[in-house]
Amino acid sequence: MDFEDTKEEAEYRASARAFLTTNAKPRTGKGMLYRAAHATEDVLAEARDWQKKKHAAGFAGITWPKEWGGQGLSAINQVIYDQEEAQFSVPRGIYEIGLGMCIPTVCTWGTQAQRDRYAVTALKGEEVWCQLFSEPAGGSDLAALRTSAVRDGDDWVINGQKIWTSGAHYCQYGVIVTRSDFDAPKHKGLTYFFLDMRSPGVEIRGIKQISGASHFNEVFFNNVRIPDSQRLGKVGDGWKVSLTTLMNERFTIGGRAGVDVDEFLELARGIELEDGPALKNPTVRDKIADWYVASRGLKYSHFRTMTALSRGDTPGPESSIGKLVTGPKLQNMSAMALDVLEQGGVITDPEVAPMAALFHQTLMTSPSARIAGGSDEIMRNIIAERVLGLPADVRVDKDVPFNKVPTGKAK
Amino acid sequence: MNFDFSDDLKLLKDEARKFLDDKSSPEVVRRVLEGPDGYDKALWNEMAAMGWTGASIPEELGGAGMGALGLCVLAEEIGRSLAPVPFASTMYFAAEALMAGGSDAQKKAWLPKIAKGEFIGTFALAEGPGKATPKRVRTTFRNGVLNGEKLPVPDGTAANLAVVVAQTDRGIGLVLADLSHAGVKREHVETLDESRKQARLTFANVPGELLGAAGDGERLLALIEQRAAILMAFEQVGGAQRCLEMARDYALERYAFGRPIGSFQAIKHKLADVYVATELARSNAYYGAWALSKNAPQLALAAATARVSANEAFWLAAKENIQVHGGMGFTWAFDCHLYYRRAKVLAVANGSTRLWKERLVSELESANAPG
Repeated sequence: MDFEDTKEEAEYRASARAFLTTNAKPRTGKGMLYRAAHATEDVLAEARDWQKKKHAAGFAGITWPKEWGGQGLSAINQVIYDQEEAQFSVPRGIYEIGLGMCIPTVCTWGTQAQRDRYAVTALKGEEVWCQLFSEPAGGSDLAALRTSAVRDGDDWVINGQKIWTSGAHYCQYGVIVTRSDFDAPKHKGLTYFFLDMRSPGVEIRGIKQISGASHFNEVFFNNVRIPDSQRLGKVGDGWKVSLTTLMNERFTIGGRAGVDVDEFLELARGIELEDGPALKNPTVRDKIADWYVASRGLKYSHFRTMTALSRGDTPGPESSIGKLVTGPKLQNMSAMALDVLEQGGVITDPEVAPMAALFHQTLMTSPSARIAGGSDEIMRNIIAERVLGLPADVRVDKDVPFNKVPTGKAK
Repeated sequence: MNFDFSDDLKLLKDEARKFLDDKSSPEVVRRVLEGPDGYDKALWNEMAAMGWTGASIPEELGGAGMGALGLCVLAEEIGRSLAPVPFASTMYFAAEALMAGGSDAQKKAWLPKIAKGEFIGTFALAEGPGKATPKRVRTTFRNGVLNGEKLPVPDGTAANLAVVVAQTDRGIGLVLADLSHAGVKREHVETLDESRKQARLTFANVPGELLGAAGDGERLLALIEQRAAILMAFEQVGGAQRCLEMARDYALERYAFGRPIGSFQAIKHKLADVYVATELARSNAYYGAWALSKNAPQLALAAATARVSANEAFWLAAKENIQVHGGMGFTWAFDCHLYYRRAKVLAVANGSTRLWKERLVSELESANAPG
């Protein structure tokens, strides 16, 4: 039992580190990773430049097959690169959805000509992709989506609304799943496309989040025409194609860093409570121990996953617990951080609030960690069904024509 | 990255599972729980014959020389099957104490006998309800003899050899005592889990030998508690995993409202939470195993993390296992209570969650001291 790289892994790690050292600045402080939450032109340009450098150096599309323009390496190489990159301040979050989810779907289901046209340009950072899946009526129950696709000559005409689309306002392309048959049961009437986001009739509106930021969008489709050549998979097979996209989501979402025990220790050391520093308070210490155990348990589970990847095995189900542990931990930790600040905990002014209001930001962003990419409830269902082998929920909408499925009033 | 047990040890684990499924069935556990015997002698003898009681003991001292990792693997299977034998007391405490603090002569005198299964060992720390801190220990070791009372002592009715925590002229010390001496009085004391019986031991001028140098007792005690915490965490993970499987199987077989109760989200989500806690505990125990096998400087923190995680996972799994079984889980006839008992006994056997959380944060403070 050890944590050492194999010879090949060590060489790969050294090459990644050399590339990063030459081209990026080390990350300072233990705080949040540099994330492009506010995608200004400057941030986008910086991200584009970084992606181009990564591609030129052979660190983009690490696990993609060579015929897509990737490096054809294994998942362990990706993990090693990510570990190294996490120690540097580089732009993240712009290309993850496109390269992690959209392009693999295009390449799996599209033609060779489409792979040639889209994969490498995306890998070089020249085109950004978004994922148009969720709808007001289809979140956790994605297949309940209602955006319609009607065949018209060589085109399909799209009408409806998507929501929670990250980056739609700066993306050139998107993948979209639509309903082409309202008389079929819900999973059977779907069809999958990709489209140019500048197509006439596409309207994008930012959604203001509870944190005040606008990372997501609503995207409206008013008679948007998509050529049939941009259909991925057969008509009615949209659910099957969607699963290719979603299968990749876990890898994209997992491993996101945020505040953790080290940051809380820093806070608790500096705050005075009625009986001394917060760090000496038994209630506070009890919570710190809980978070540490969860955080380390996840870290070592990740080591187990890496071990499987390093041997070329499929990781065990332990890799599915990360999101369910991290989301609630972020939320509880930031809530406790404000508690130890007592009445002053309300202050969000970064000049006054400790650690530039890091915990206040986390308090207001952490609810999304428990919802995005599979809510806590959906993750528990997934573990119960796929890992423990418990039965799927009874579905009242199964085998019912979609237009006969009851809908409620709430959005 | 090679954060896993070797293929040889995985093979050992498979063999141990098959053996214990057969020889440490719930019927065997119940026989000890409901009967007068302190442990199952036949099972213990077979385990010794297979070399388990020498797993971590070096070959030159008659052991199997598998190291701490071999012991971890066996511990998980023993925890899973609730084996009613004095394995924890003998291997995680007595043998570990001898290996950590014993002189060459002491090791030679005792470890080969433990390895052969001839001697059962135990560790005597507690002196009644409440925490026996080094200051509060009243048992004394002066002029070469032990005097005092230890309560409860795990496997105290069966043990031949005890490592006794006692006051010496230079703070507390760990004292080796042969329990066959006439000055030792043993009395079975009723506990939550009679499948591993415990005792009140009184010492009246019982000769003993100090383990380690005078004045080194507190350090040795902490070290043994840390090592035992990690080994015990594997037992707890094994127990938690079994509870999860029992609950899952029952949830698939039991129908209510016209469907398996395992199709209700109230049950599914509960069991998903048990799964998550068990996986975290397993991963934390693995890290502990690494620290144990390398005598790593991270041992203290790794032990506290593994201990807290395992205490919580086994307790959660054991109580929710009863809950999923409903009224049947509350009956003596179902096996749920065997795990419920063991979970709570292990959770206090080597320091409670509360105590280890405090140790964990103290370690973090020193590791993370600013500047």
